[in-house]
Amino acid sequence: MKKRKSVIPGFGISLGITITILSIVVLIPLCSLVVFSAKLSFSEFVYTVTRPRVLSGYFVSISTAFIASLINVVMGLILAFVLVRYDFKGKKFIDGIIELPFALPTAVAGISLTHLTTTNGWVGSILYKLFGVKIAYTRIGITIALIFIGIPFVVRSVQPVLEKIDIQYEEAAFILGANSRTTFFKVIFPEILPAIISGFTLAFARSIGEYGSVVFIAGNTPYETEIAPLLIMSELQEYDYSAATSIALVMLAIAVVILSVNAIVQSIVSRRVNGLA
Amino acid sequence: MELRKENKALKTILIIISFLFLGIFLILPLIYILVTAFRYGISEYINAVTDEYAIKAALLTLEATLFAVVINTLFGIAAAWLITKYAFKGKKLLSTFIDLPVTVSPIIAGLIYVLTFGRQSFLYPILDSYGIQIIFAVPGIVLATIFVTFPFISRELIPVLTAQGSDEEEAAALMGAGTFHIFKKVTFPHIKWALLYGVVLCTARAMGEFGAVSVLSGHLRGKTNTLPLYIELLYQGYDFTGAFAASSILVVLAIVVLILRLVIEKKGKKELDLNK
Amino acid sequence: MKKVITLGLVLTLAASVVTGCGKTSSAKENEGSSSNGVIELTNVSYDPTRELYASYNELFAKHYEEEFGQKVEITQSHGGSGKQALEVANGLEADVVTLALEGDVQVVADAGLIDDGFTSEFDVDSSPYTSTIVFLVRSGNPKEIYDWDDLIRSDVGVITPNPKTSGGAMWNYLAAWYYFEQQGQSEEEILDSIKQLYANVVVLDSGARGATTSFVENKQGDVLIAWENEAFLSLQEYPGEYEIVVPSVSILCQPTVAVVDEVAKKHGTEDVAKEYLSYLYSDEAQEIEAQNYYRPSTKSIYDKYVSSDSSNTITEVPADGKWINDNISLTDINHFGGWAKARADHFADGANFDSIYEQ
Repeated sequence: MKKRKSVIPGFGISLGITITILSIVVLIPLCSLVVFSAKLSFSEFVYTVTRPRVLSGYFVSISTAFIASLINVVMGLILAFVLVRYDFKGKKFIDGIIELPFALPTAVAGISLTHLTTTNGWVGSILYKLFGVKIAYTRIGITIALIFIGIPFVVRSVQPVLEKIDIQYEEAAFILGANSRTTFFKVIFPEILPAIISGFTLAFARSIGEYGSVVFIAGNTPYETEIAPLLIMSELQEYDYSAATSIALVMLAIAVVILSVNAIVQSIVSRRVNGLA
Repeated sequence: MELRKENKALKTILIIISFLFLGIFLILPLIYILVTAFRYGISEYINAVTDEYAIKAALLTLEATLFAVVINTLFGIAAAWLITKYAFKGKKLLSTFIDLPVTVSPIIAGLIYVLTFGRQSFLYPILDSYGIQIIFAVPGIVLATIFVTFPFISRELIPVLTAQGSDEEEAAALMGAGTFHIFKKVTFPHIKWALLYGVVLCTARAMGEFGAVSVLSGHLRGKTNTLPLYIELLYQGYDFTGAFAASSILVVLAIVVLILRLVIEKKGKKELDLNK
Repeated sequence: MKKVITLGLVLTLAASVVTGCGKTSSAKENEGSSSNGVIELTNVSYDPTRELYASYNELFAKHYEEEFGQKVEITQSHGGSGKQALEVANGLEADVVTLALEGDVQVVADAGLIDDGFTSEFDVDSSPYTSTIVFLVRSGNPKEIYDWDDLIRSDVGVITPNPKTSGGAMWNYLAAWYYFEQQGQSEEEILDSIKQLYANVVVLDSGARGATTSFVENKQGDVLIAWENEAFLSLQEYPGEYEIVVPSVSILCQPTVAVVDEVAKKHGTEDVAKEYLSYLYSDEAQEIEAQNYYRPSTKSIYDKYVSSDSSNTITEVPADGKWINDNISLTDINHFGGWAKARADHFADGANFDSIYEQ
């Protein structure tokens, strides 16, 4: 496999197009982030990104994104399973609207979710009267918005893999005496685990950075419901570019770490699966 | 027998959970949008969606979406081809960079273009002397839209190309076919449906982008206001009917795109069955 | 060799795609300003002035065509004042800025786009209209909120935007500060009162418009600290649902206007930009400003709109249009040592506003 020269022509042109567009759209702009935050000395940089308010912003963003993504894994798994395995009325419809959160502007989603979940909203008023739970302007509200944003990532990662798993495997396992729970956890689950992890990481990473839908529903109270992207915005309002870019750089690093962890997990899992097979 | 029973109960429960979840999280907001859009009757609704600025905003959104889809298609094909057909150093790094934009906060996506092309950038005087304005103008909006949808097409193509392997292309190359010929005759038929699917996803996401575009647009009414920004403008101007009416345009566009996707998938499956 | 050539080809292609769309759009703009005699002017303003400039632009276009025989088309941009200033400083090509406070215009000047002395370019510190900060409460004033000290009662929910992201919110904060200062409190006591006030804040929106929406549409909180013109607008849009309470003291908010000299020079719109701003002082324009609930700077027109009713609670838009409540003692930004000092003392990182949220 090593360094075998491919006989297929076109390496130069595809490399050229890829690198050019990647550079213009992603790499060069990202470099300016580094350049601008480098205007601070290292200790200033550390101070800027570890102020209590900023730390609390990361915490709010990461914790709500994590919970939302966990919920999305469970719900996404159920949805994907239902879509792949069962036939029922309205299946096409469900399959069709999974991508809706991609297509609906995040601001519109945020506005309508806020209106629905305030203590006067359709849903919020019921929950408030029955349980005294407030949704809009709390961390629960942020989590709800992030569930909305993240659900397609999990469903669309798991669904194709689930489709490929041969139903005969399961039938065989079942005939051999495994009950459906064992079948699921011993046969299906290991197969779709990589897809679940990659769906989770994508949803998680996307949720940490989400801004448009969250600002409307969050209430933006410092130390309570103030998310990290909002802090970047407020540094910008204060004309403090280096502070804004520093916080942005930390968030970028978090995104890169999440993606890398995913890449590593994927290669470990696929090796193990291949090794077993 | 027992299996059936157990499965049937499970099936019903799971389907009910699915409907409830989607009903609350996806359908209810949609219904809310439509109800508010028609709160003051049809004529108000029509007034709102045929407003001069609403139409301009919709056209700008379509323009940015078109550019994003074309460039991302070009990029997606080139990148997927590169990653699946050749072995080279730095391939993993390249894949990570391609995936990165999805996970970057839209605010940061907007910010990096402001830093790169704004007045404090060293590029600004050069661009200015040619009269080119990138940010707070249409090109900036296009760039931001490309950024947020960057990996959508390549991510659809890579698994298909990986599964298919390179044998056919190698055979064609050994027989002396050129790059474009191989692509057109050998590769393209395989990736056609995945490509279309990617295009659909990219279109849907591009139309709705808000955060990144909001940082870059300058909000010039009738010039750089995309439909999502226009919705925010109306919303903040207490024109809730107008805001939700404009949102319903996007909802309809999104539904059209998603229906298109279903049709494409169906056709793709049929063709696959025929090939078998 | 072949590879290098294709690579180069692709590079130029991609570059031309990117710059190509840049050129077409700027070409379109130039066309607009020169051909068929229509002058294009861009006014970058802040959130609550939408209605005002929608009316004023019509008036000005008519005036300019009558006076100079040329059509003017004005493109508006609205948003949080600080954000708008920053965008202009970053290259958003505004011919004129009409922002919420002098400090924001100063940011554009600091970027080298506006010549020094912009505050004396037009009359009364380049503020053709002013406003102040009042309270908006729900109908019947159920929580009995009459002055600033009611806002620190534990049973009151307050809505005000974040002063770090909203120009209007800075005025709110400073007005509250001034009240507690007038009560004879020491700086420590004032900080404590302000801390209690912000502890009562239910939603800290990022902009003035967002805050109004939270209060009016989403029914959050008991009192909205608002621009006077925003408060009257809510009274007008939702008759019978809200009341305005005028506190005993407040602050004179002076929105500042300026020609963005560099951009106007480049567009060749210096004269029309200057005319656009000075016409804001004309009697016709001052009337429009007063009708949009901004306090006009021309004394005779101001007097025309002063209400005879000196009550501090306003339950409806006065039928005779006389809405200005003169029964209020106003401080101004000079009391805080000007914008640069006010910003450093209160709103900079680690300054007073940050300290009240420290745990």
